[in-house]
Amino acid sequence: MDILINIVTSFIAAAGFGIIFNAPKEALWKCGLVGMLGWMAYFVLTFQGIGEVPATIAAAFMIAVISQAFSRVYKAPIIIYIVSGIIPLVPGGTAYNAMRSFVTNDYNMALSFAAKAFMVSGSIAMGIVLSEVISQIMKQSRLKRIG
Amino acid sequence: MEIEDMEQYLEEQYDIMDVCLLAGKIMLESGAETYRVEDTMMRIAKNYGIKESHSYVTPTGIMFSIETEEPTKTKLIRISDRTTDLNKVVLVNSTSRRIANGELDVPQAYRILKRIDKDDETYSLGTRIAAAAIASGCFLMMFQGSWADFIPAMIIGGLGFATVVYIHDLVLIKFFSEFMAALVVGLLAAGAVLTGLGQELDKIIIGSVMPLVPGLLITNAVRDLIAGHFISGLSKGAEAFLTAFAIGSGIAVVVTLL
Repeated sequence: MDILINIVTSFIAAAGFGIIFNAPKEALWKCGLVGMLGWMAYFVLTFQGIGEVPATIAAAFMIAVISQAFSRVYKAPIIIYIVSGIIPLVPGGTAYNAMRSFVTNDYNMALSFAAKAFMVSGSIAMGIVLSEVISQIMKQSRLKRIG
Repeated sequence: MEIEDMEQYLEEQYDIMDVCLLAGKIMLESGAETYRVEDTMMRIAKNYGIKESHSYVTPTGIMFSIETEEPTKTKLIRISDRTTDLNKVVLVNSTSRRIANGELDVPQAYRILKRIDKDDETYSLGTRIAAAAIASGCFLMMFQGSWADFIPAMIIGGLGFATVVYIHDLVLIKFFSEFMAALVVGLLAAGAVLTGLGQELDKIIIGSVMPLVPGLLITNAVRDLIAGHFISGLSKGAEAFLTAFAIGSGIAVVVTLL
């Protein structure tokens, strides 16, 4: 049941971000799909007890790979798909907790939350880099253009 | 070369340059990655027969030069307002593809790009606010909130997003509109919890703040840095940090009041 709720809400949330960012209408369901698959990867991995950082790397990697496939197939810039997919992974909650601990003078908690938010942001970057590296290796003859 | 031909030739060069710069300007203003902007401009120039062109793109301006038989021509344009409009990025991208296929001559391409530049947004403001509201509710559920908080998070998220849009129209300081939006979100969430309409303050705030989070900036900053555009990457990173800081301090004000 929990999984079902997450599947539906992550799809709607990612598609909603597509609308906020003014993505083309026919791309909205693809935005939703990318966001849903990425979030499900993250959700299932953390549910299995895998840490947030590796789970985020895996999810971001997956999002970037699917986005690349979409951008190749539909001949559109990769950014449309990658942005709505990445949004759920952005450590908004952790950053909020860090800020909240700071203002309530709980610096120990604040620093550990902040470090975690930083690590998770880094993992998102790492996941994207990994997929970019693979795609560059795959088409080494046309190194100039990424995505 | 006759003088008239020469003038005609120079005119054409300027046209190509204008097409390239217009394409770059639209893309940069709509939130495309720096290397994509450079790539698109140089591709368009190449497809119109300019062998050498150089571009230097930062989030706040574009410098572009083309090397012809005449002395190299360079133009600079300033970018002051940046929004996110992925539809325009797609449209310019497909125009660039059509140019590459040889379907469009210079004046045609210029007209098409002008139209894209003026094109109004695909979704009305109401639709976008509604989308932000629904996304906020969904984020609440993704972060293990309870259904009881779904409606409050939706309303607060929508109002927060509307605040950003409206205040940004009044005051052109991004930091301020984001701070005010976070303040509105914080106050409303606290109000909802105090009156018993909502249950978990933290979850409601996190869900409603998500439409304000600089996700596009972070992704773009990373992708620019990877592609070796350090100035763009760092300045977009700084912009993302400022936004996050604005949201954080808006919420912090409310938390300290509680």
